[in-house]
Amino acid sequence: MAPVITIQDLVKDFQLGEVPVHVLKGLSFEIDRGEFAAIMGPSGSGKSTLMNILGCLDTPTSGRYRLDGISVEELDSDALAEIRSKKIGFVFQQFNLLARTSAVENVELPLLYTDVPAYERRRRSLEALQAVGLAGREHHQPSQLSGGQQQRVAIARSLVNEPSLILADEPTGALDSRMGLEIMAIFQRLNREHGITLIVVTHDPDIAAYANRTLHVKDGRLQEDERSTHPRDARIDVDRFEAEALEAEPIKAGSR
Amino acid sequence: MKTLRTSVRIALRALRVNRTRSALTMLGIIIGVAAVIAMVGVGSGATERIQEEIQSIGSNLIIVLPGSINSNGVRLGSGGVATLTEDDAKALATECPSIALAAPAVRGGVQVVYGNNNWATTVQGVTPDYLTLRDYTMSSGQFFTTQDVDAATKNAVLGETVVENLFGDSNPVGQVVIIKNVPFTVAGVLTPKGQSPTGQDQDDVILLPISTAMQKVLGANKANAKAVGSVMVQAISPDAMDDAMEETEALLRERHRILPGLDDDFTIRNLTEVFAAQETSARVMAILLGAIASVSLIVGGIGIMNIMLVSVTERTREIGLRLAVGAKRKNILSQFLVEAVTLSLVGGVIGILVGITASVLISRFAEWSTNISLMSVVASFLFSGMVGVFFGYYPARKAAFLNPIEALRYE
Repeated sequence: MAPVITIQDLVKDFQLGEVPVHVLKGLSFEIDRGEFAAIMGPSGSGKSTLMNILGCLDTPTSGRYRLDGISVEELDSDALAEIRSKKIGFVFQQFNLLARTSAVENVELPLLYTDVPAYERRRRSLEALQAVGLAGREHHQPSQLSGGQQQRVAIARSLVNEPSLILADEPTGALDSRMGLEIMAIFQRLNREHGITLIVVTHDPDIAAYANRTLHVKDGRLQEDERSTHPRDARIDVDRFEAEALEAEPIKAGSR
Repeated sequence: MKTLRTSVRIALRALRVNRTRSALTMLGIIIGVAAVIAMVGVGSGATERIQEEIQSIGSNLIIVLPGSINSNGVRLGSGGVATLTEDDAKALATECPSIALAAPAVRGGVQVVYGNNNWATTVQGVTPDYLTLRDYTMSSGQFFTTQDVDAATKNAVLGETVVENLFGDSNPVGQVVIIKNVPFTVAGVLTPKGQSPTGQDQDDVILLPISTAMQKVLGANKANAKAVGSVMVQAISPDAMDDAMEETEALLRERHRILPGLDDDFTIRNLTEVFAAQETSARVMAILLGAIASVSLIVGGIGIMNIMLVSVTERTREIGLRLAVGAKRKNILSQFLVEAVTLSLVGGVIGILVGITASVLISRFAEWSTNISLMSVVASFLFSGMVGVFFGYYPARKAAFLNPIEALRYE
């Protein structure tokens, strides 16, 4: 099966005043359909830049990037927008939901820029919300939802255009550990049950532990490509977390 | 087309989310458009009123006054000599092809008495043609006829102001008024005409047969018993005014035996032209008012640009997100452009309503006639839309060309 992502000798330079900064210094890897990969690295390692290029928000200085068989590196901004619209779903650390806009309308957002008719948009958005366990909260606004729920709305938004790839940038960074576990459990379920290709960018090894594969990036190079056949199961960890919380008395009702 | 529909939907949603700000932004346009509508209304109302006054004089009128004469180096003013006669008027009416009517008139100030009341007014001795020429109509009674003029009957037709002052509410027709000790029967009352362009009350007048006026009231001119104070001439059409004036001059020079090279002993004036100058000045005022009001509309447009710029900055992350999930630059551009145009058009519609209300209030309470034309309403609407496009374009462009990566990180 053809890989979703093929990257060869990917280089990205930035011009900071007079000095060129080499952020990515020749990365090569492939990601297969249905993989759940984590990209790990300390800040300044270039993982955000890599993520931007993978997400077609930025283009490499040199090297090749094929997404679903399409060479992305020479496309103009409108063509890149088209690719993002059809093939990529984003999940951000800060959720980036539109304020004072209902959950279902937030989920519909990517479809507004496609040819999908209104009733189909609504149907698919409701379905996506159901998939992340938010049935019944379709008309809540972000301010009426908890952080974890907001991130789930964001995941539903990334699912709604049926992308080839979901890119999550520190998806648990703004959440407490229990909520973070819930999000990872959802990712694992989407990956296993729906075969969705997932890339999570993180600096946290505990989060990377839930992926089948971890790409360690350091100083703009791929340092290690680690595959694990038996990653941790987030669902089990959520249950364990709850059991521990119950034991650790006293807990006031309604607090976390 | 589809892009536009999507943009309209997204823009309306965004405007609903920020209701207060949308309303405040619109306020600038509302005030601007309302000012334009109201000011243009006031201006064209004034112009219209002057036009009405000009029409109240009568249309296509030329007035011929007995002329100045140079007698031993002393130049007398217009009307100083009795050179114009009733026969001149008759000749003008019959011999000149461009002249429809010519009505001679004499006038003088008198004190008129009815019972215990008296009133100072102007008496005009006229012929029945005068009624047609000046577009007078009768509100009650009859105007006198040619027979009355020939027989010099003692019939009088009163203006409304005279009636009010002498009779109050009672019916004057058939009553007898005394003018210079001569009793006159009131034959009829003129329909009020209001003010003339020069501000005179056209209803403060008594019309008498010209013969009666000359013989019994004002006294005939000692030098020439047939001399009249003026002759009003009506051309057959507005286009014939110049011809009528030339014919009048030629005929009168011939009748008065004025040798070529010598000055006329009469003066011809085109009444319409005299008052057209006033109309022009009113029109200039209307344009000026409209122009000043347009400035406030432009200021409103700058308000829209200002708010849209703030909005773009404030919604940087939203723009970044939209770009990330697949919006093209043109989607973002049209979204913000549509927002600006929606603000200005909705503001324009409200402004038109406010402007019309304001004009109605102005005409009601300031008793200043206003006139809302469909033209000014449509023009304001289109202009406000253009203001939206013009002032919305820069912020929209700024939004569309944001870098999505930076926009997403914007705090």
